[in-house]
Amino acid sequence: MSADSTSAPAGTAPAGTAATEAVFAGAPAPAAPAAPVTEAAAGDAADGSSPHPDLRAHGLRLAYDGKPVVDGLDLAVPPGRITAIVGANACGKSTLLRALARLLTPRAGAVRLDGRALQAVPARELARRLGILPQGPVAPEGLTVIDLVNRGRSPHQTWWRQWSRADEEAVHGALAATGMTELAHRPVDELSGGQRQRAWIAMAVAQGTPVLLLDEPTTYLDLAHQIDVLDLITDLNRSEERTVVMVLHDLNQACRYADHVIAMKRGRIVAEGAPAEVITAETVEDVFSLRCRVGTDPVSGTPLVLPMGRHHGAAAAPEGATAAESADVRLADVRLTDGP
Amino acid sequence: MTTRTDDAVGPRAGRGTLATELAESPAPPAARGFRTYRLRVPPVSGVFRPRLVAVCGALAAAVFLAFCWGLSFGDFPIALPDVVRALTGSGDPGTVLVVRELRLPRALVGLLAGAAFGVSGALFQTLTRNPLASPDMIGLTQGAGLAVVAGIVLGWDGGLGTQALGLLGALAAAVAVYTLAWRRGTTSYRIILVGIGVAWICTSATDYLVARGGRFQAQAALGWLVGNLNGRTWAHVTPLAVALGVLLPAALLLGRVLRTLQLGDDVARGLGTRVQAVHLAVLLTGVGLVAFGTAAAGPVAFVALAAPQIAQRLAGTAWPPALAAGLTGALLVLGSDLIARTLIPDTELPVGIVSGVLGAPVLLWLLVRANRAGSGG
Repeated sequence: MSADSTSAPAGTAPAGTAATEAVFAGAPAPAAPAAPVTEAAAGDAADGSSPHPDLRAHGLRLAYDGKPVVDGLDLAVPPGRITAIVGANACGKSTLLRALARLLTPRAGAVRLDGRALQAVPARELARRLGILPQGPVAPEGLTVIDLVNRGRSPHQTWWRQWSRADEEAVHGALAATGMTELAHRPVDELSGGQRQRAWIAMAVAQGTPVLLLDEPTTYLDLAHQIDVLDLITDLNRSEERTVVMVLHDLNQACRYADHVIAMKRGRIVAEGAPAEVITAETVEDVFSLRCRVGTDPVSGTPLVLPMGRHHGAAAAPEGATAAESADVRLADVRLTDGP
Repeated sequence: MTTRTDDAVGPRAGRGTLATELAESPAPPAARGFRTYRLRVPPVSGVFRPRLVAVCGALAAAVFLAFCWGLSFGDFPIALPDVVRALTGSGDPGTVLVVRELRLPRALVGLLAGAAFGVSGALFQTLTRNPLASPDMIGLTQGAGLAVVAGIVLGWDGGLGTQALGLLGALAAAVAVYTLAWRRGTTSYRIILVGIGVAWICTSATDYLVARGGRFQAQAALGWLVGNLNGRTWAHVTPLAVALGVLLPAALLLGRVLRTLQLGDDVARGLGTRVQAVHLAVLLTGVGLVAFGTAAAGPVAFVALAAPQIAQRLAGTAWPPALAAGLTGALLVLGSDLIARTLIPDTELPVGIVSGVLGAPVLLWLLVRANRAGSGG
């Protein structure tokens, strides 16, 4: 592992880092607010620069066992926004997310956070700037929610200081923000799927990183819990200005919850931008090889993808129109804006 | 959130509202088993688990009792108070001689080897997130055993001695398991499967050596192979004590990094743990512990597997607590030795025979009890 990188040139240190370090060095200061906000404030106070993290990839080539998955990919994550990465299975979206979190070392190119290549940032320092929740994490049997959430604090803790005031506030705050306060002492494995995912998100929240990467946070959850988790992520973004990047399967949810959508196909970015620009019938057909119509979500006003399989709406145009019309009737104000 | 309009991506209202909320967020309801402490000077803080501390205290007391009891035992029975007095150096010179020179090495080897097995088991079980991946299941003990028996039977121990041979054997087995199980990182499942294979190879080779060895050598090898505290001297104690002086603190310090590793390698990396470095450190510490323990006391059956699991269930934690596991291991070995010597007073039954018979039912009982209570697994 190349985590030991004190050799990184001092000149490459970004403006915000010194302030960040100072804040964390003085972590036990009484009544320190939540870490990301502290950082934001400190960043503003120190040099007036944007407190937002700058996460970008350039010329990225990623491979597993020599098999290229992503090649020549450039990406800039919009700071302070929610970005959703969508695409078919095995298109490289999870691989890209892993590279953004340094779980995967690029074969070529680099991921940079505030101008520094991720490989050059010491592991603990990176873990205070950038958090990742992998897909389907498993907690050891009997581990309580509060123990799990407290582990999110480990990049801020030392051997002797494992429950500082900042730790306590971050853990209690994360439990409150995710609605897990009452369940704090319950074993994670005894919770429902939705509660379990909230507990894991609470751990990531307690980590207090300005950037939060989530790999399919709604997998295995029923619809109500999916919405619940996505609402929670939106709250974190809106109230704390955390930069969120998540891999999502559901296009309609991506349109609703993301400010920025990245559509990937075979390791390349096909389109990116605001959901309304990216999620068009052409893009969906290109990315998923699936014919569809894209309407407007009557609830959120965002694009609504209506897929057409072999049995629905695919045959002749008039029939398709009829099907669409009946959909109109049922959804009352779905407006079909795009069609094949 | 219901609508996503343009102003939703504009300047965010209420920056810092959650910060206020965080500062005022309610503390979770108090629960037994989770207390926190914080000192201003020095800035020391942490989570304090009363049950774990109580379990460690009780285990330490039991270990001390078993230790002294073992010392009082023998051809010349010595009363317990006299044993304690002899340990501190006061009392009748004859008693001091018997206790310190003749009986103390045996008791110390039992204590230290048991602790080494327990802590090593806890390390491996936490690292692989699997109770089956204890050193006596994945070939490390068998590797040490093979090297030592080869030394006895083939007369290779010239210059090296049992300790060094045990260490080399365990290390070789660990390297074999780790490299064979390696495939883009490694999983506990692969480590266990490969480890069982390595264990069987070592066992077969050991059996072959014992079979072809001379009668006297085979006898000596067999006696050592079941785990034996008979005839231990200070020559056995000193290397073990020195090794544990280094490895036990290392193991206890590693316990904290292992907490994040328990959540999976990816989560641990995301939390700033240097996973490969920790793997290597845990592997070296665990192998060292089991190798020195095995070299001194022989492969005492079941301790490394059972002690961490027993300790985890006693302490009610979600991970095998290293210190409690070490104390449980010491208690298992010392207790087994006591039973071995009281059961058949005339013959000195090797401790390994008893530890297997004793450890298994305790573990099974704990498992059954946990299932009934529906908690703790």
